[in-house]
Amino acid sequence: MSLADAPRISGWRSATIVEAAPLTPRVKRIVLGLDPPLRFRAGQHVDLRLTAPDGYQARRSYSIASAPETPDRLELAIEKLDDGEVSPFLHEVAEVGDAIDLRGPIGGHFVWAVEDGGPLLLIGAGSGVAPLMSMVRHRAARGDQTPTALLLGARTAADAPYREELLALAAADPSLGILFLLSREAAHGPFDRAGRVDAASVRTATAGWPGPARHVFVCGSNAFVNTAAEAALSGGASPTSVRTERYGG
Amino acid sequence: MATRGFTGRKTPDDHAARTPPGQALTTDFPVLSAGPTPKIALADWSFTLKVGPRPVAKWSWEEFSALPRTSYVRDIHCVTTWSKLDTAWEGVLVDDVLAAAGLAPPTGFTLAHGFDDYTTNVPTADLVGGKAMIATAYDGAPLAPDHGGPARLLVPHLYFWKSAKWLSGLQFTERDEAGFWELRGYHMYGDPWREQRYDDDA
Repeated sequence: MSLADAPRISGWRSATIVEAAPLTPRVKRIVLGLDPPLRFRAGQHVDLRLTAPDGYQARRSYSIASAPETPDRLELAIEKLDDGEVSPFLHEVAEVGDAIDLRGPIGGHFVWAVEDGGPLLLIGAGSGVAPLMSMVRHRAARGDQTPTALLLGARTAADAPYREELLALAAADPSLGILFLLSREAAHGPFDRAGRVDAASVRTATAGWPGPARHVFVCGSNAFVNTAAEAALSGGASPTSVRTERYGG
Repeated sequence: MATRGFTGRKTPDDHAARTPPGQALTTDFPVLSAGPTPKIALADWSFTLKVGPRPVAKWSWEEFSALPRTSYVRDIHCVTTWSKLDTAWEGVLVDDVLAAAGLAPPTGFTLAHGFDDYTTNVPTADLVGGKAMIATAYDGAPLAPDHGGPARLLVPHLYFWKSAKWLSGLQFTERDEAGFWELRGYHMYGDPWREQRYDDDA
C-alpha cells in the first residue's frame, strides 16, 4: 500500500470498552468496540484521551494488537507503569462499558501488510509485542505463508503476552517460527530459550531462510530496541530493513 | 465529556504555563527514532548546506567545531506527549552556519537531512533569528548517539520530531516539502502550543 492510500487519521471519537482482562501480571488487554469501524494497517497505533471533571486531559499512544481484518474491535495491550498517569487508570479503574475518546490510526512507518512480503523478522518485549501481534494476526487472517520469525523477550513464560495464542498459531503454520527468550527462567520447550535476544537467537530463529530478512520490526523499551536491532543487523539484516518503535517509558 | 473515574495528575502550577496542552512533564529523556541508531565516526562526519539540489557549503567535523558556539537552555516537547523543561544544549546557531557560508536565507523552506535518510521540513524563518541550532552537546557532554549525536538539529519551539537526529545537512527548498513523518500523517508545521500533531490539526 502506498503512503497515499493510507487510512486517514480520524478526529476524536468515542469508543466503548467491551472486554478487559489481564494478559500477564503487568499487561492488560483492553478491547474497544467501534461503530463505525476504524480502518488501519497492522503496526499502527491510536491515541487515547482521558478527561477529568475539571477539563484536564491526558493522552497516550497505544499500538493496536488486533488484526486490520476486525476493524470494529480494537485490541490494545496496556503495560502498567507504576509511576504513570494513564496506564494505572486503565489497569485499575477502567471497566467494561466505559467510554474512552480515541483518535487514529496513526503512524505510517512501522507497518506491514502481506503484500509487502518477507522474510519477516519480528522482535519485541513486554507490551512491545502489540504491533507485532497485529502483523501476525493479519497474516493468519489472510492465510498468508510469508516466512516469519517472531522473537519475544520476557522474564518468564508467564510474563509473555499472547504466549498460548502464538504457540497455537505456530503449531498450525510451518512458515511461522516463534522463539521466546526467557531471562529469568529455564526453557519449557523447543520454542523457548533461556537468555536474551542476541545475534545467536536471531540466527536460530531465521535458520531455514534462503536469505536475510527483508523487513525487520523491533518494538519495546529503548534499551531493548537498541540491543535487538543490533542483533538483527549482526544476524544479516540491512540497516534500511530495520524499523523500530521505542516506548518512551 | 469526562472519563468515568479519571482525575489525572496535574502539572504543578509553577510549570503549567510552560507545558503545552496535552503534554506531561518528564525528567527522563525518552528516545524515539524510526530505525537503528547509526554509528557515525567523527572522521566520516560532514555537514552540507544545499540550495535546491546544489551543495553550496560543506564542513568537516574539525571545521564545524571551529564555528562560533552558543549555549541554550530550552523546554522541549515531543509529540508522544512528553515535555522536558530546562534542557541545556550547546552547538552552532543556524544563523552562524549561514554567516560562515556567506549566505542570507536563500528560500522560505528548509528540509533537514539525517545520516539515516530521515528528513523533516521547517520554514526557514523558524531556523534563523536565534531560534534553532545544530547541537553537538547536551547537558555538558558530547551528544550521545541515541539522542542524535554527533550533531542534531534543535528547533525547540516545534514538536521534537522537527529536531532531526544525526544531522547531515540542511537543504533550502522553494516549496514546503514534506519530510519523513510529515509524509506519514504528521503536521507540516508542528507547533506544540496549537497542538499541531497530525496533518488534519488546524
